[in-house]
Amino acid sequence: MPFPFLKGAWYNISDLSNLSRALLGWVDGWGNDTVAYIAAGLIGVLATMAFLVPSQLGVVWIERRVIGRFQIRRGPNRVGPYGLLQPIADALKVMLKEALTPPAGDKWVFWAAPILMFIPAIGVYAVIPWGKNMAMADLNIGLLYFVALSSLTTIFVFMAGWSSNNKYSLFGAMRVVAMMISYEVPVVVTLLGVSLFTGSLSLSGIVQWQADYHVWLVLLQPMAFIVYYIASTAELNRTPADIAEAESEIVAGYHTEYSGMKFSLFYAAEYTNALAISALVAAVYFGGWYMWGLEQWVPGWLIFIGKLYFFFLVLIWLRGTLPRLRVDQLMAFAWKFLLPLSLVNVFVVGLEVLLWHENGWSAGVTLPAFAVVNLALTVALVYTYARAFGYDRPRAGDIVLRSEIGFVPGPATEGLPGGT
Amino acid sequence: MTMQTEPFIMNIGPQHPSTHGVFRIRVALDGEVITDADMIMGYLHRSMEKLAEERTYTQNIPFTDRIDYLAAMSNNLAYVMAVEKLASVEVPERGQYLRVIMAEFQRIASHAMAVGTFVNDCGAWQTPLMYMFKERERILDLFEMTCGARLTCNYVRIGGVSYDIPDEFLPKAWELVREMPGILDEYEGLLVENEILLARSKGIGVLTAQEAINFSCTGPMLRGSGVAWDLRKADPYAVYDRMQFEIPVGRNGDCYDRFRVRLEEMRQSGRILKQCLEQLPGGQATNPVPLALRPPVGEAYAAVEGPRGELGFYIVSDGGPAPYRFHVRAPSLINLTALPKMTIGSTVADAVVILGSVDIVVGEVDR
Repeated sequence: MPFPFLKGAWYNISDLSNLSRALLGWVDGWGNDTVAYIAAGLIGVLATMAFLVPSQLGVVWIERRVIGRFQIRRGPNRVGPYGLLQPIADALKVMLKEALTPPAGDKWVFWAAPILMFIPAIGVYAVIPWGKNMAMADLNIGLLYFVALSSLTTIFVFMAGWSSNNKYSLFGAMRVVAMMISYEVPVVVTLLGVSLFTGSLSLSGIVQWQADYHVWLVLLQPMAFIVYYIASTAELNRTPADIAEAESEIVAGYHTEYSGMKFSLFYAAEYTNALAISALVAAVYFGGWYMWGLEQWVPGWLIFIGKLYFFFLVLIWLRGTLPRLRVDQLMAFAWKFLLPLSLVNVFVVGLEVLLWHENGWSAGVTLPAFAVVNLALTVALVYTYARAFGYDRPRAGDIVLRSEIGFVPGPATEGLPGGT
Repeated sequence: MTMQTEPFIMNIGPQHPSTHGVFRIRVALDGEVITDADMIMGYLHRSMEKLAEERTYTQNIPFTDRIDYLAAMSNNLAYVMAVEKLASVEVPERGQYLRVIMAEFQRIASHAMAVGTFVNDCGAWQTPLMYMFKERERILDLFEMTCGARLTCNYVRIGGVSYDIPDEFLPKAWELVREMPGILDEYEGLLVENEILLARSKGIGVLTAQEAINFSCTGPMLRGSGVAWDLRKADPYAVYDRMQFEIPVGRNGDCYDRFRVRLEEMRQSGRILKQCLEQLPGGQATNPVPLALRPPVGEAYAAVEGPRGELGFYIVSDGGPAPYRFHVRAPSLINLTALPKMTIGSTVADAVVILGSVDIVVGEVDR
């Protein structure tokens, strides 16, 4: 340890759990268990919100600026220096706007949906391991809790779409339900591979395993990472899978009828979910707070937040680059591409774990060997799938250049003179 | 008791992000599949054809700007050509060249917009559109330099053009024309082989050559379906008979081919512009004609190959200072009639892409 004098001290910023332990010890001294329980919960909630609220405002600004750069424009730069106050101005605006309720809609469900939507969005942060000893609730089934809670969102989206009594909203809601059911399957099957390998369902346990063996799981299971990242970004309703909002098709999907603060709750829940998915990817596949020794010099939670923001930037990048898939194509992608790959992954990982533990091989030789084998397998499978299901690259023959008028032979001119 | 189903009627438009204006399609849906499509237009009707009967021939030119506001130069040219045919007005050679230069710049600008909004309709988040705007801005700057307006140019006049080009026009135009192939290579590299774009547009909205001809489609709609037809080749006007260029033609007649045809046409326009700028003769640009022109009794039809297809003006004169009848053959309207044929049987998401590939300007559909 580089700073032994900080060990266990409440002012040690590299491990904030010391501070919370000090506070709890103080509350515990009052001799009332109920108060101590409430205080423990409050400290966790406040710590989570201390990250989430500034992040909410921050990521809106980051996304608008970065997308602006992708689109060769400047992004917000009028309100405050570099447009930094823009999210605050936006937040004030939506709070002052009138939140309309469609008269033909189901009033109570319409009101409840955006509020309820926020509960799972925030709830999943309980199990995120911010640093060593720094999970708010270190559940031993943390992974399961995360997946189960985040898929609850579907119900609230459907409530919003149904209660709006709007055909665009209904379309968006139906699409979300169909898509979530499809994409939950590869997500769960992929994460199964992780818990098989690490022998733990707790997120802290998974990160601790990666720290113990000095390896990130992405190196051992690259295929699982690809499948999980694609599947979970599809669940976030962002391009290329934003079929639930699909601006060019169904206006704004399930939140077409929402305005004011109710709309912005959906908006905020979307960003909260995006951050949560980035956090899970950082924790499960990229070692959480572990960074090959760097965590002894830099606070682990800063490393974790750095990784989290990196994956959020990748999400922005995808949004700024790709067009949207059609609903059936998206569904086919989940069932034909992601699910088989995740099943192959579980099979291979299971085999490897069996071989490793049954034969008692040393980790120093086994893990690099597994990494090489899995990487080769991933490249081969993804390439084969892309060949099998992807499009032929358009060749020069697609467009014919003619210097005279007439018909061009091809599928469209069948049966015409000069055609085929 | 048997379960009963009834079609789900949904309005796409008139207020919708991707109807490119105020246009409405009423679709009957079975799940997401369109079983019936009904086009309702007229939300942007400004009765231009009737208004034109009350104004002199020169006063009508600004109207044509506003018919297809993305291709004002082509509209000016088509109308003025019809009037010139009616009144037998000669145009000096420099004027003809300037008209071709402006029309081809306008074609590039309009196709850039068409391609950008098409990819937007496929679901991209504004990025391709912004890239397309980059070049369009430079072209609009050139227009501003010549006639002071960027969108509604009102540049082509009876007997020539409103002003000769300023000195700084040619260097800027040359710069753009020289950079054009590289810019288009960049666009093609970004868009043509995009897997999602292929998935969204290949095999969608297929229109065979026979159907395209039966619907009287013109422009990229017709050429995408395998018919090499271009008025610049078939019936050359202005100085197109002196230009070397090719007609890009698609083979499958789907949305993707129309999109590719547009990209390739931008490249061919660049070729034409290069030749025009090289050959641009000196001398006078405009023959003076009386402001209150009174063409002899008769009728005339003149058409140009606009960015969206054959753009024609039919004018009847009764010898007075205003046209007796003024009719526009609007390619957007006629291409749009093929929409129900292409959309029925596809999904809502495809309908939006097909509409984007038709590339309508609602101002021209309703006039």
